[in-house]
Amino acid sequence: MDTTGPLSSDGLVQLLTPSGERIGHEQFDAYASHLTAHDLRAFWRDMTVLRAFDMEATSLQRQGELGLWVQSWGQEAAQIGSGHALREPDFVFPSYREHGVALTRDVDLVEILRIFRGLQHGAWNPADHGFHLYSLVIGTHALHATGYAMAMDRDGLVASGTPAADGAVVAYFGDGATSQGDVSEAMVFAAVNNAPVVFFVQNNQFAISEPATRQSRVPIADRGKGFGIPSVRVDGNDVIASHAVTRWALEHARSGQGPVLIEAFTYRRGAHTTSDDPTRYRSKAQEEYWAERDPIARLDAYLTSTGELTDEFRAQVAAECKALGERTRTTVRSWSKPATATMFDHVYALPHATVEAERAWFERYESSFEDLEAAR
Amino acid sequence: MTATIERPSAGASALPPAPTTLTMAGAINAGLRAAMDRDPKVLLMGEDIGALGGVFRVTDGLHKDFGDDRVIDTPLAESGIVGTAIGMAMRGYRSVIEIQFDGFIFPAYDQITTQLAKMHYRSQGQITLPIVIRVPFAGGIGAVEHHSESPEALFAHTAGLRIVSPATPQDAYDLIQQSIACPDPVMFFEPKARYWDKGEVDTSRVTAQLDAADGEAAGTAEMARARVAREGSDLTLVAYGPTVRLALQAAEVAAKDGVDAEVIDLRSISPLDSDAVVRSAKRTGRVVVVHEAPTSFGSGAELSARVTEQAFFHLHAPVLRVGGFHTPYPGATFEHDYLPSLDRVLDAVDRVMQH
Repeated sequence: MDTTGPLSSDGLVQLLTPSGERIGHEQFDAYASHLTAHDLRAFWRDMTVLRAFDMEATSLQRQGELGLWVQSWGQEAAQIGSGHALREPDFVFPSYREHGVALTRDVDLVEILRIFRGLQHGAWNPADHGFHLYSLVIGTHALHATGYAMAMDRDGLVASGTPAADGAVVAYFGDGATSQGDVSEAMVFAAVNNAPVVFFVQNNQFAISEPATRQSRVPIADRGKGFGIPSVRVDGNDVIASHAVTRWALEHARSGQGPVLIEAFTYRRGAHTTSDDPTRYRSKAQEEYWAERDPIARLDAYLTSTGELTDEFRAQVAAECKALGERTRTTVRSWSKPATATMFDHVYALPHATVEAERAWFERYESSFEDLEAAR
Repeated sequence: MTATIERPSAGASALPPAPTTLTMAGAINAGLRAAMDRDPKVLLMGEDIGALGGVFRVTDGLHKDFGDDRVIDTPLAESGIVGTAIGMAMRGYRSVIEIQFDGFIFPAYDQITTQLAKMHYRSQGQITLPIVIRVPFAGGIGAVEHHSESPEALFAHTAGLRIVSPATPQDAYDLIQQSIACPDPVMFFEPKARYWDKGEVDTSRVTAQLDAADGEAAGTAEMARARVAREGSDLTLVAYGPTVRLALQAAEVAAKDGVDAEVIDLRSISPLDSDAVVRSAKRTGRVVVVHEAPTSFGSGAELSARVTEQAFFHLHAPVLRVGGFHTPYPGATFEHDYLPSLDRVLDAVDRVMQH
């Protein structure tokens, strides 16, 4: 297996080993020391619920209820750990696989499926959750995140003198996105404006079929240095380390010290999407290697060893997963197609003659069939 | 940076008295100043727009009066400018972006067409992006490659954008402020060869309009309407931006031959006020569209299709287009062959008048 360049696991911050042993770290232990057994069980619960939901959505796609599904399987620790480092008034700009971060921002996971059932392109109000809509054009949102961070700075939400009121932005994207010009431009704008933005790269090893070696010859985190952006590599399958590193980065940004680049080294255990076939480009051996480093199993082992994961708690979370599965199936199947003319809604904020004329024409066209029906 | 937006502005005293004579560049400058005075959330972003005042000096003096926080010299990255303006708009800032030259807009094409144009739709109206992108465009100035192009049709094909182009200092002054007040993204194409044309500008009318309770909507509605620049009965010449002056010249020459041409200045490409053209075509029966952009798949082609669909039985002649060719914009020694000239417009007038 290639473990060179961007695939090297050198220098990863780790606080929980793959076998579930809690280890120390000179710099980042301090950013995890506040975590209680209750917090860690909450991480385990969120990761478990997220995975159950992910499998349920995959099944619904296979049953024809969804056009597509994008799995987050394997990336639960990077997403749940970092997501729980956020608070008000932080703001997230996700890519399209960040269902776990959505969960930490109180987005109803089921609502996300409206996008994948083809009902609408965005399924929540970003302002309500501090969580922007999914961006499907790779890397475009890194710039939006940077602009939003620049505006937070202007609005006095950075280094305000009241640390608890300060905020920052996190932009999530993948290893493939780091090749996009927009991501480089975002780092330039963030650096020269000292913008409070954390670039959180989930290096899940693949951009659909292309390994990270097709994007870079050095670890992704190394790129930050050239922009003057402090960077850190973290074991993205370690929920405690992912949390600690993000907490540090957010404090750095909120306190007016500027942007940070985090590379979370993880693995996309599922396919790119339900339309993908990973057997064409990666080996069983590689998948097994990463299965042994699974993020949930790792925290499970640790909490089991400390006696903090009781059978009662497991049963409670299992029941929660089951109920979510049922609600997901029922809700998705209940969604019918909205009235066709609504596709003309919201193209512009104020009326636009072309849209209005086409809408009027379309409505006349549709009603002409009703007239035909009535005449029969 | 711990910037604030509470910097005192230069104040209305810096605005010219009304009415006054201004160049088009001066009118845009005055319009930007008025918009910045009106709304502290209005920011200017672009390359060399600060101390230099822009390569065409359209933002001259604004950096001095409004400072670094509101007149922002950006890194040299067009996609970055538009992309960060989108993020800032999500917190209520209204950025007016200057793209240095028409041919340099393409690094931002993705942000403009996949993000700026679609965010309102994607968010089902929850996110508005009131961003204006100013583009000095079109040719006639003897420039090198990428400095003389007319790419407006490429953007007109994308739903979610509004596209306007002034032909007079008055319209430049009004339209820039209406564009900034508009909740939708607006692409503002400035005919760079007309920057130094002078005209009388009434600065009070648009101020009253935008200060009224329904100012945004009234301004946006007005911005979408074409203007009859010359009334006539024999044929309709349609132009916008740099070709309006040319169409008026052609009408004057044609008048000497007894041909009475109406000239319509579209002002807006998206939406396209085809109703105004159709009304005129129903009276004259003849339409010639003149623009600098290549005629193939251009806004003249769209207009021709609409006139044919809506005024077919009133037409005496096919709708003709006069414009650039399906070649890259050529070297400066060829540009007066490439661009629609008075002779080429009159040739088209002759051809439609033969019917």
